[in-house]
Amino acid sequence: MKQEQTIIPIEVGRLIGSVEQFRNEGYRLAQIGCTKVGDNSFEINYSFDKDYVLQNLRITVTAETEVPSITGMYWGAFVYENEMHDLFGIQVKGINIDFKGTFIRTAIRYPFGVSVAKEEKK
Amino acid sequence: MTKQIIVPFGPQHPVLPEPIHLDLVLEDEKVVDVIPSIGYIHRGFEKLVEKREFTEYVFIAERTCGICSFIHGATYCQGIEQIMGIQVPERANYLRTIWSEYSRLHSHLLWLGLYADSFGFENLFMNAWRIRERILDVMEQTTGGRVIQGSCKIGGVRKDISNAKLAEMNRDLDSIKREMEELTTVFLKDDTVIHRTRNVGVISRQDAFHLGAVGPTARGSGVAIDLRKTGYGAYGELDFPVITDSCGDCYSRCLVRCKELFTSVDIIQQAIAKIPDGPVDVKVTGAPNGEFFMRAEQPRGELVHYLKGNGTKFLIRSRIRTPTLTNIPPLVKMLQGCDLADVPVIVLSIDPCISCTER
Amino acid sequence: MGFFEMTKTALRTVLSRPATILYPAQAAKRTPLTRGHIIFDGSKCISCSICQRKCPAQAILLSKEAKSWQIDRFRCVMCSSCVDTCPAKCLSMDPVYTAPASAKGVEVFTITYVKPPKPEKKEEPIQ
Repeated sequence: MKQEQTIIPIEVGRLIGSVEQFRNEGYRLAQIGCTKVGDNSFEINYSFDKDYVLQNLRITVTAETEVPSITGMYWGAFVYENEMHDLFGIQVKGINIDFKGTFIRTAIRYPFGVSVAKEEKK
Repeated sequence: MTKQIIVPFGPQHPVLPEPIHLDLVLEDEKVVDVIPSIGYIHRGFEKLVEKREFTEYVFIAERTCGICSFIHGATYCQGIEQIMGIQVPERANYLRTIWSEYSRLHSHLLWLGLYADSFGFENLFMNAWRIRERILDVMEQTTGGRVIQGSCKIGGVRKDISNAKLAEMNRDLDSIKREMEELTTVFLKDDTVIHRTRNVGVISRQDAFHLGAVGPTARGSGVAIDLRKTGYGAYGELDFPVITDSCGDCYSRCLVRCKELFTSVDIIQQAIAKIPDGPVDVKVTGAPNGEFFMRAEQPRGELVHYLKGNGTKFLIRSRIRTPTLTNIPPLVKMLQGCDLADVPVIVLSIDPCISCTER
Repeated sequence: MGFFEMTKTALRTVLSRPATILYPAQAAKRTPLTRGHIIFDGSKCISCSICQRKCPAQAILLSKEAKSWQIDRFRCVMCSSCVDTCPAKCLSMDPVYTAPASAKGVEVFTITYVKPPKPEKKEEPIQ
């Protein structure tokens, strides 16, 4: 049996509004995950679950883009947002508990992000 | 106003098998706020995926967790199979289900032991682990590994279980079930245990849902989420209930897990009765091109494997969202307002698996 | 009342044998499938180096020039991926665990396989 899921690409500006809509419709935040798709391009998936159907909002950003935090709607999202910041170097604005890069302490700064990719190319 | 002091809890603490650090803000003996922090054992598995062929990554995915390893491997394989459109033989699906449920039994028994230890009942800890040893023996006899089974591969499973062995496992489960009945009675009926767990670490249904709790942590608060109901593997053909309880305290979470032990036994016995004969794997050619969010139910809750391939042998991204990561915010909520002495019990009650969380 | 719920279990434990064994005086539990350590048979190895490529832990290093096959037992994770993929069937899994060692290092084996005088079709690496 295939698990149902859809991916809805949106712009960064519409993120807060769309998340709020999901929250009002009674969705549960399943995960936020970042994927590096190009040299300085990241896809962020916000997955919401209701009755075992997964809806994903996808925004595509660069390391310089400021992504608004969704912790206002989903308080528990701070774990994902801090993780995203610590591993990929995504700038998330307005997290309720902002660890400022100390949630996951890594030897290399932003190990999954842009700077490492540059080092590898050398 | 009472003076506030901060007491660090972890990363090294007698009840913690793995390192998580909590800064407990105390007013007298009451915890008023908690700041969690992880990152002591980040292993970078998600980065490793770019350097290993997708067929070999199964073994690495499996090593994400030392307790629910089989389910990690199976979920990864199912995700890749969904991307590539591979139809797995029925027998392989049943075998995956059987091993997954054995993992759940072993994980829940391990947790019951650690939980007993957290409130100082060491004898109960030993009794739980003695039963768990019998589960591990079956694992080793059928797959070759006690905790890291390594029996799952893309396109099926690597080892078959003979029908004679399945019948023996079925008989064995009956006696394990009797022992577990004795064990769970202590957890659910003994006054000393109830004293330490009733009305401790309460989280309401509303909070559990909005903070993203999964697994027994959510079900203990009455949120009926069980990903097995989506029918992956052979779960679609088996009949089992979603166990919930409404109180949302440590006792409820323990109750849910105790009842799940018997559900797991029931699922395995149903699967053994229904398992069809046939091959256990199919040949896999090509490479994955596409993306998929594969979700499965781990002993600790919902597991998400996000896999993205670009048609080469190396995946671009494997994002593993483990249940403990999403159970941290509910844990923070539970700890607010509790007594310092109850902190170990509450932390253990979400079944934290920190190595999993950090991948 | 919920006291003495454990009496039955406790009494049975007193009367039964211990659940643990006296390792190392008694041998550890093993099953025929137990993954203990890899055994290499140099007389069969065709130097295809598939095992090296299929090893998720990068524990195996094969050198065609030096005719050697080496394994780092400390890196090996006993997944038996190499055993499954070896086309010449020169690798096998032994149920006995490797003995503890005080220093890290690699074990080197020599490949003694000689191509038969009239070679049949050379085996291509299977993907």
